[in-house]
Amino acid sequence: MPRFHKENLTFSGLLLLPLLFLAIFYFYPLLKIFHISLTWNEGLDITALLSRVLSSSTVRVLGFTLGQALLSTVLTLALGLPGAYIFARYDFPGKRLITALTTVPFVLPTVVVAAAFTAVLGPKSPLNTILMWGMGQARPLLDLRYTLGAILLAHVFYNYTLTLRMVGGFWANLDPTLVQAARALGASPWRAFREVTLPLLLPAISATAMLIFIFCFTSFGVILILGGPRFATLEVEIYRQTVNFANLPVAAGLSLVQMMCTLGLTLIYTRMQSGLARPVDLRPQWATQQRPRRTGEIVYIAANLGVALVLLGVPLLTLVLRSFDLGLRYYRALFENPRHSIFYVPPVYAVVNSTRLALATTALALTLGLLTALALYRRRRGWLVDALFMLPLGTSAVTLGLGYLVAMGRPPLDLRGTTGLIVFGHTLVALPFVVRSLLPALQAIRPSLREAAATLGAAPPRVFVEVDLPIVWRALAVGAVFAFTVSMGEFGATSMIARPELPTMPIAIYRFLSRPGALNYGQAMAMSTLLMMVCVVGFVAMESLRPPGTQTF
Amino acid sequence: MKRTILVVVLVVLLFTGCQSATPEGPRTLRVMTYGSFSVSEDVVAAFEQAHNAKLQFLDAGDTGQMLNQAILSKDNPQADVLYGIDNTFLSRALNAGIFVPYKAKALSNIPASYHLDEAYHVVPTDFGDVCLNYDRAYFEENNLSIPQSLADLTHPDYKGLLVVENPAASSPGLAFLLVTIGVFGEDGYLEYWQALRANDVLVVEDWDTAYYGEFSGGAYSEGARPIVVSYATSPAAEVYFSEGALTEPPTGAVTAPGTCFRQIEFAGILKNGQHRDLAEAFIEFLLSDTFQNDIPLQMWVFPASANAVLPQVFGDFALVAEAPAEIPAASIEQNREAWIEAWAEVVLK
Repeated sequence: MPRFHKENLTFSGLLLLPLLFLAIFYFYPLLKIFHISLTWNEGLDITALLSRVLSSSTVRVLGFTLGQALLSTVLTLALGLPGAYIFARYDFPGKRLITALTTVPFVLPTVVVAAAFTAVLGPKSPLNTILMWGMGQARPLLDLRYTLGAILLAHVFYNYTLTLRMVGGFWANLDPTLVQAARALGASPWRAFREVTLPLLLPAISATAMLIFIFCFTSFGVILILGGPRFATLEVEIYRQTVNFANLPVAAGLSLVQMMCTLGLTLIYTRMQSGLARPVDLRPQWATQQRPRRTGEIVYIAANLGVALVLLGVPLLTLVLRSFDLGLRYYRALFENPRHSIFYVPPVYAVVNSTRLALATTALALTLGLLTALALYRRRRGWLVDALFMLPLGTSAVTLGLGYLVAMGRPPLDLRGTTGLIVFGHTLVALPFVVRSLLPALQAIRPSLREAAATLGAAPPRVFVEVDLPIVWRALAVGAVFAFTVSMGEFGATSMIARPELPTMPIAIYRFLSRPGALNYGQAMAMSTLLMMVCVVGFVAMESLRPPGTQTF
Repeated sequence: MKRTILVVVLVVLLFTGCQSATPEGPRTLRVMTYGSFSVSEDVVAAFEQAHNAKLQFLDAGDTGQMLNQAILSKDNPQADVLYGIDNTFLSRALNAGIFVPYKAKALSNIPASYHLDEAYHVVPTDFGDVCLNYDRAYFEENNLSIPQSLADLTHPDYKGLLVVENPAASSPGLAFLLVTIGVFGEDGYLEYWQALRANDVLVVEDWDTAYYGEFSGGAYSEGARPIVVSYATSPAAEVYFSEGALTEPPTGAVTAPGTCFRQIEFAGILKNGQHRDLAEAFIEFLLSDTFQNDIPLQMWVFPASANAVLPQVFGDFALVAEAPAEIPAASIEQNREAWIEAWAEVVLK
């Protein structure tokens, strides 16, 4: 009995800080804005509001939101899993750089992605020029924009990297001899995958699917810009009701519907999660990976890299090429301020600002994420708490942003317009990525390893450092990469509230793209290229870090 | 474990410590504006020196987001002055009572037609005309005449040529919808849009997508449609930002009567703000020649003051609408949602 008691104590102790963070920077602002919204109009008619919020148009929007998120998730997994296999099982030159490049889309502002997709798919794209010339047509033949296809393609473009990193990273530690044994016993490759690999991968796959789904469920920019005005998700509706029509009660109602959906789905997932986990003997990556030797292997790898190149590489490359249209002119222009605008952003300054915010977010998200994951991984009843940490990702940024506005304006929480609030806002969105990356890894560790260490006299912190840490190090690095990108790409509520001139790279890009003229467009492309470069450097650096004196998995 | 807590505490301290303390000496005046606001360094310095002040600008997103924030935090505002409410949002701002009245002395320089609030809660600072822009090369090559009225756009000659922004999301988009309501009336505008739809109008979400993605005329425009809803100053910006590569704009703006909407922008002193005297001085400053002359090249709109001197590129290529459509601000606020929803029903469904 005392043991049970102690475990409870550890559980609460570890969760203290993360829960406090969630309470102050998530639940408190949210409750405040809901309260204000629902008391906004005097004598609020609850039945009228309910019938408006739960009207057939909301049901339609909700149906579309769920549908496109489901399709996007399935498509991303289908395209990403073969890639994840390669990155798990093979070692080849340039692998680290390619992995880093696949994550670049995650930080790009939607306006930039839209520009890239227009260049690749739009009426003046090389593809269309060839088609028009070949078929003797005067008008462009192919335009995928403003279709459901464009939305799905963009979601795959953004989220491919999640599958690659989260599933691939986990897969890399699975013992390949399991599959080899099955094959030796006569199982076909498909059967060996279905009956051996898939069940073991399921925790990582479902964690990834959950993240992708919620990410697409609250999709905003992609839907508006690439889907066009005919498509609307709940997030889009919330934005319109709030900003255009100042209809706060309806916006709050829709926001609640959105949160309930996220919560419901997450609860189903977290409930299942511990049942999916199977502790296994994990192997370090150097022992599971090999150089491709047979022609079949090389062809398979080349085909997968080809898919990734077409899907991710072509749009990215178009942006980079554009930025060099006039040689280095657009880059030089970034360093000039001919009109002496007070809002001129020296590129170095934007890079430093963005990087500082991203590093602070990463540090905070890793700390809180690690504490959360350590508290949750061995608790069957942890699923209720676990779902809470996913909620911020599925909450409307517009609503939460306004929540910050009304809740963070007075002492002791007088944080409006501070850098701290930006970091806290980003951390809220980054946290689910860290937790989802860490949990499957922690749950896969055989308890006997920890018990052996403890029996040999290691205190719990030492057990963690010597047993858990080397194994989950890579999962931690994956979490760090996504925390970094979330902040670099300016996700989250804080981009919705007023902030002092703390120009970051995405903000500079938006500024350039809001004006006509060659120089503005060119500078936007140049700044986007810089953003990509900074991120690639960041990813490679984060993945190269190793705890000193430890062999990581 | 202890170390982790220490790290967290340090991080928290580090960032809460970043809050700017206000030392003795210059007082800080906080100005809330939208994302594309801009001003020259020396103009800011002129104000700061003259009043022993420091200006702090807060970027609050687009106009709608900015106004929302100002209304929600009106008891404890984030700033002392707000710049950039336009006439489509003016009524909402005035009804919410976020401004305190101040009758600026320099108002005498501003033409009477820009004064939309008789109680002096806000002062007009600048205006920009939302107009149709066209691809000059396309019209020359195809020997097509440039449309001179909204009705022209429904003619088969212009089928599939026009791209507009979504009025539910974009301010030029809303402006163009208002032009159609101003011209055809509340009873006739939906019929007009039906005809536009039959003539294959394309609606996209925002100005960037329309101008860079769908329009064919600008230097980096990727699209195939030669008519777009943009600003009367866009052709001048094309020349200016080509850095000498263009001596003539590749695009033109239609300024014929009844085809444009005039967006007038306002600034006001926020209720419950600090440093009232400094805020009043700043309002006067916004209307002074120093600030007014700086407006065109920074924000690509026209200064409101009759005394302002325009830069060369504006004199050469920027146009002013001849007789912009007129819709009262109060009526815009009252009907915005209904108009947009009815429009969406006709155009998007």
